[in-house]
Amino acid sequence: MTHTVAHQDKTALLVPIVLLAGLLATIAMQTGAIRPPVVTTSSLAPVTVTIAPRAYSYRAPGEFVRGTATVDGPLVTVDNPAPIEIMKYQVSASDYDRCVAYGACKKAEPRRRGLIDVPVTGVSFNDANEYAKWLSEKTGQTWRLPTIGEWAFAAGSKARDHALDIETKDPAERWLAFYEREAKLGANALATPSPIGTFGENEYGVVDLAETVWEWTATCGSRTTLGQADETLTYLDSCGVRLLEGRHRTPMNAFVRDAQGGGCTIGAPPDNLGFRLVREREWWRAPLDYAVGLLTKATSN
Amino acid sequence: MDGQDKVEVSRRTLLGAAAFAGVFGAVLASVPAQAEEAGVTTGPAPDLSALPRKRVELLKPPFVHPHEQIATVGPQVVEFQLVIEEKQLVIDEYGTTVPAMTFNGSVPGPLMVVHQDDYVELTLVNPDTNTMQHNIDFHAATGALGGGGLTLINPGEQVKLRFKATRPGVFVYHCAPGGPMIPWHVVSGMNGAIMVLPRDGLKDGAGKPLKYDYVYYVGEQDFYVPKDADGNFKTYESAGDGYADMLEVMKTLTPTHEVFNGAVGALTGENAMTANVGETVLIVHSQANRDTRPHLIGGHGDHVWATGKFNNPPQIDLETWHIPGGCAGAALYTFLQPGVYAYVNHNLIEAVELGATAHFKVGGEWNDDLMTQVQAPTPIDG
Repeated sequence: MTHTVAHQDKTALLVPIVLLAGLLATIAMQTGAIRPPVVTTSSLAPVTVTIAPRAYSYRAPGEFVRGTATVDGPLVTVDNPAPIEIMKYQVSASDYDRCVAYGACKKAEPRRRGLIDVPVTGVSFNDANEYAKWLSEKTGQTWRLPTIGEWAFAAGSKARDHALDIETKDPAERWLAFYEREAKLGANALATPSPIGTFGENEYGVVDLAETVWEWTATCGSRTTLGQADETLTYLDSCGVRLLEGRHRTPMNAFVRDAQGGGCTIGAPPDNLGFRLVREREWWRAPLDYAVGLLTKATSN
Repeated sequence: MDGQDKVEVSRRTLLGAAAFAGVFGAVLASVPAQAEEAGVTTGPAPDLSALPRKRVELLKPPFVHPHEQIATVGPQVVEFQLVIEEKQLVIDEYGTTVPAMTFNGSVPGPLMVVHQDDYVELTLVNPDTNTMQHNIDFHAATGALGGGGLTLINPGEQVKLRFKATRPGVFVYHCAPGGPMIPWHVVSGMNGAIMVLPRDGLKDGAGKPLKYDYVYYVGEQDFYVPKDADGNFKTYESAGDGYADMLEVMKTLTPTHEVFNGAVGALTGENAMTANVGETVLIVHSQANRDTRPHLIGGHGDHVWATGKFNNPPQIDLETWHIPGGCAGAALYTFLQPGVYAYVNHNLIEAVELGATAHFKVGGEWNDDLMTQVQAPTPIDG
């Protein structure tokens, strides 16, 4: 398990630091925050990737309006994010089924059935949250869905900018551009979930991003009214709706397991709904990282 | 195979009738007066050698072969060919397949266009790669079960049928090879439509000419795909393998799919139909088996022949129109506003859950007079 190995490495590396920063280490040990690198009997603890801090930017989530024109949201730039630990793979159908078997998760309802070890699909935001809760209980760790920003941080070059760069009073113009872009993104054959790992990893080792399975995020739907200088005039979120990320970003009712087009729904719905989780960092990690940073700096000087 | 026996009976009867007509042809030909008042000549086929002939290459729906709206020449013999193809079709975005039966490989079969008093001369081909008997029943034709009684062919055979297009309108054609084969072939995809235009083109109720810039053909199809014990749609190697299971689903009268042009999404996204503001579109819509109620979301039916027959004045300004099963309808609309329009069967469950949705992408300038968003969505005051 990469997860365990990562701990091992870090633990080895940290020994002198822990000794130096004795107080911190003692507290950490006493609270059980640092686990010995035991082999987990259940393979429940997911394989994760830690995304190291770097400056990055992403399109602000939600709908943005200036006057009566729908406009692109502003680009959000994050200069010094905290590292995050995120599942290398999307949650698999077999892992999800264990939660179902345990009675903590509702049965997934995939409409397209892939073969062998595929990501779980046919799950709602609510289902994903139930799974996170169950996994947290089982592992004694804290697992949750990533936010839109965290997803972009981990997705790196796989994250797409959704800007249309059209600001006009003609409601049809932006609408047609949106429709045409989504039609292209949706025109990807039958989109049956492929076995985990099919699409390879991004530059940070995160696998199967932005392909046939969209991923639930924790971010709520929202609408922001902007003034002429891009200042926020009003903001209202709507958490019955959550955002999905993948080949395109889209809002979806939190209880939906299977997105479908048709009728007034203009645009291409996500092919399949799945998810991956992030592991919440323990409280002592931030100061520890800080200490490591200082020490690295000192030794390199 | 009761049904096929019935067809055999019909054919024999017809052959008998033909022999009778042959013997007494001279007598019949001498008393055509009454019939001619209705624009019909009885008796043996006239000598058509003097009529011009035209061979038309058919296009895959929603597209329609080029044609004149107002005939510039007199009646002619218009030759078409339909090749029957039994083939697997993917009918939704989940990869569900049906062992379909098709005219020219598409569901629906292509739209043919002629003018009133033209002769339609169809060559129907049933290649030996197929496994079943097929035929064609034209609702536009008169006699012999719409031609079905004269066109039943085995794999490896072809047949040529000629009928006179006596009544203007849009009409369904479909396979009708007898008994339970009839609905089964129709709901497996074997249906299409023919448009018989008045020689002087379409008119409104006051006799004013109506023209279109484009015609699109939307064929609506109900599919009845059996499911396995786990609720997954089943696949069958051939149509025959699925026959018994499918019949059980058909008898529930509840389709598993209700789609335009053969598959969910066949007329959306990159396949959406297109037009521009100010352009007039004629939408020909057929449903060979089941009632439907087309509606253009955000638009209207300017002139609508819901039951498709052009000698009736069109209804105007419709929101939704009803096309009974086994019928084609036609709706004329001039787009006034740009954007994306959904054209649906306004049983919205059928539109959204079962697939009966098409889209139009319409370019042009937005008209603020017709519609404007006075206030963008904003938190509720106070």
